[in-house]
Amino acid sequence: MLTVHALKRLHISVSFELQNGECVALQGPSGVGKTLLLRSIADLDPNEGTVKLDGTLREAMPAPVWRKRVTYLATEPGWWSDTVRDHFTAWDDALPLATRLGLPDDCGSWPVQRLSTGERQRLGLVRALMLRSRVLLLDEPTSALDSASAAAVESLIAERISNGTSVIWSTHDNAQARRVGSRIFAMGPDGGITENRP
Amino acid sequence: MTYIQLSYGDLALPALLVVMDGVLSLVLRLKLEKQLAIATVRMVVQLVLVGYVLTFLFAAVSPLWTAFAAIIMVLFASREIVARQKRRLPGVWKYGLGAGCTLLAAGTITMFALLTELRPDPWYHPRYALPLLGMILGNTMTGISLGLDVLTNSLVRERAAIEACLALGGTRHQALLPIIRDALRSGFMPIMNSMAAIGLVSLPGMMTGQILAGVEPVDAAKYQLLIMFLIAGGTGLGTLAAVLGSAHLLTDHRHRLRLDRISTDGLA
Repeated sequence: MLTVHALKRLHISVSFELQNGECVALQGPSGVGKTLLLRSIADLDPNEGTVKLDGTLREAMPAPVWRKRVTYLATEPGWWSDTVRDHFTAWDDALPLATRLGLPDDCGSWPVQRLSTGERQRLGLVRALMLRSRVLLLDEPTSALDSASAAAVESLIAERISNGTSVIWSTHDNAQARRVGSRIFAMGPDGGITENRP
Repeated sequence: MTYIQLSYGDLALPALLVVMDGVLSLVLRLKLEKQLAIATVRMVVQLVLVGYVLTFLFAAVSPLWTAFAAIIMVLFASREIVARQKRRLPGVWKYGLGAGCTLLAAGTITMFALLTELRPDPWYHPRYALPLLGMILGNTMTGISLGLDVLTNSLVRERAAIEACLALGGTRHQALLPIIRDALRSGFMPIMNSMAAIGLVSLPGMMTGQILAGVEPVDAAKYQLLIMFLIAGGTGLGTLAAVLGSAHLLTDHRHRLRLDRISTDGLA
């Protein structure tokens, strides 16, 4: 269970709990601070408040260990090497996930420079899924995808959720929010969240 | 050893060459005459002053005065490093990092040369210590400012890649390593280029000076080799310290990238 209590970052101030195997959709207008919130939970920006995973404070472990368990995936994931394969420790294990998301078998040798935004988004998701994190913080993970690819992503994540992974899924697509989220957090310009059930 | 002494009068004719540059600028409307005049006056004043200051220091042979002169040189070097940065470090580190690293590198290497090879008497004799420090300082400064410039610019440009690595549980060391390598490579490049071209394309200033002063060319070459080795060591040490130090300052103990600590008041 992920517990977030009095998390503060700039104007944001939120508290909530996320059960194991639960997916919450995060909604709100652009610029309201959804990305800031997700980044803060992953401890990628300086922030205040207590965040615990199964009762263990994140400060009790080194930040890299925390982020392997509570993993943030950016809308436009970054790439630090030349080819797709270089970004994976075990590309052979990642390939089945990539093909499930509609990418061809030879995509491992593709140069990152030539990837389309949608290809980057799907490969970034595969890269993050390889960690088998306890909590996934997905920042608009299907914003650059066609409906077929988006559906493939949703079903892949749904599998992880049924295996106990918790997810916060930020999206501008109301229908998607109702499909994936058992609860919906609506973020307002005051930096707080209100909870709706779909 | 004999050398041809110059009087101030001997400089009048060569100085006309600068006047010629000024006339050219006026005729061709380059609008450089004002800058040229300022630069020329600065050069004359600075060099003549340095001549007198060094005369005083060489007569005094005082460890305190020598150390004082060395510190002034380091301060000017760190100011120059900051002036060459487009993006700057925060607060005390803005000057502190450059000053600390040039002092560490150039100071250590100068002491090393004075105590092991040159061994003047006394070891801190300003005739040896200050020119040596000056030459090492100038090159170390170039290495450090290039290394820092590449580091900070790449951190800003490659932010998405670095944060992707951090978000996937990479340490700050893993995430920054490719950029640290690039920065170190850029810092080392000028000294390597000048080592490769030296003697073929250019005769270094110090060696030229020694030859004009009547030193045998082969002896002058040995001196120049000593200096080049010292410079290579100083640049390596200083650039390494500055790049690693600044990579440390621009990340934090929770392995976050802290670009908010870069100030951009140097950005035009």
